[in-house]
Amino acid sequence: MATNKRPLSPFMIGPYYKPQLTSVLSILHRITGVALAIGLLFLVYWLVAAASGPDAYAHAQGVLGSMLGQLFLFLWTWALFYHLGNGIRHLAWDAGYGLEIPSVYKSGKVVVIASVVLTFVTWIIAAP
Amino acid sequence: MNLRTPLARVRGLGSAKEGTDHWWVQRVTSLALIPLTLWFVISLMSVARADYATVVEWIGRPFNSILLVLLLITTFYHTALGLQVVIEDYVHDEGMKLAALLVMKLVVWLWGAAAIFAVLRIAFGG
Repeated sequence: MATNKRPLSPFMIGPYYKPQLTSVLSILHRITGVALAIGLLFLVYWLVAAASGPDAYAHAQGVLGSMLGQLFLFLWTWALFYHLGNGIRHLAWDAGYGLEIPSVYKSGKVVVIASVVLTFVTWIIAAP
Repeated sequence: MNLRTPLARVRGLGSAKEGTDHWWVQRVTSLALIPLTLWFVISLMSVARADYATVVEWIGRPFNSILLVLLLITTFYHTALGLQVVIEDYVHDEGMKLAALLVMKLVVWLWGAAAIFAVLRIAFGG
């Protein structure tokens, strides 16, 4: 099919389209969604380990408590707060609110700032 | 002139035969996930670094077990719907698309079932 050669979103951002806050946040919603889906593997691992007994749970805590595990969980926390915040933004749009261009930029900035702040607040409170 | 049967018009499913169901359930699950996710994150802040006995006791409390199962059902349903759209957007070969969708649904529901089973096993002291 000839249509195969046409650039598909998000792959036109950059070479064909100037990146904008709106388009970048839009594709970020999808990227964080896929990342959260992959992160679910670790939530299931944690739950199954807890159900399997103290040894399995200690092993899981070791994996998740390692440097790499903590980094992963930190990024996962941010992805969760971003997807949650931007999801609420999408629900507001679906209900017909905040669709004017200035509002779209304003809500986008609020979501980015809120996701970062909430991630740090969560980790400061949960710190050992 | 309308060639559609009255029943087809009432059902409102359109040419894709599923109407707005996918779109609507994606919204319903996302709405349900707002309070469930916030509850889970706030709970994890105190539970995540606790010892094994505390964690299992927390998961096994009826209130927490019920909310965890609801969270897991909603999360995995929402995830399957979301990943479906991603696959449909980027996989264009019909055979590959069907295969990818089936594998994705299988993996998502398998993991979801394992997670729910783990919570129930703890809840019922297995």
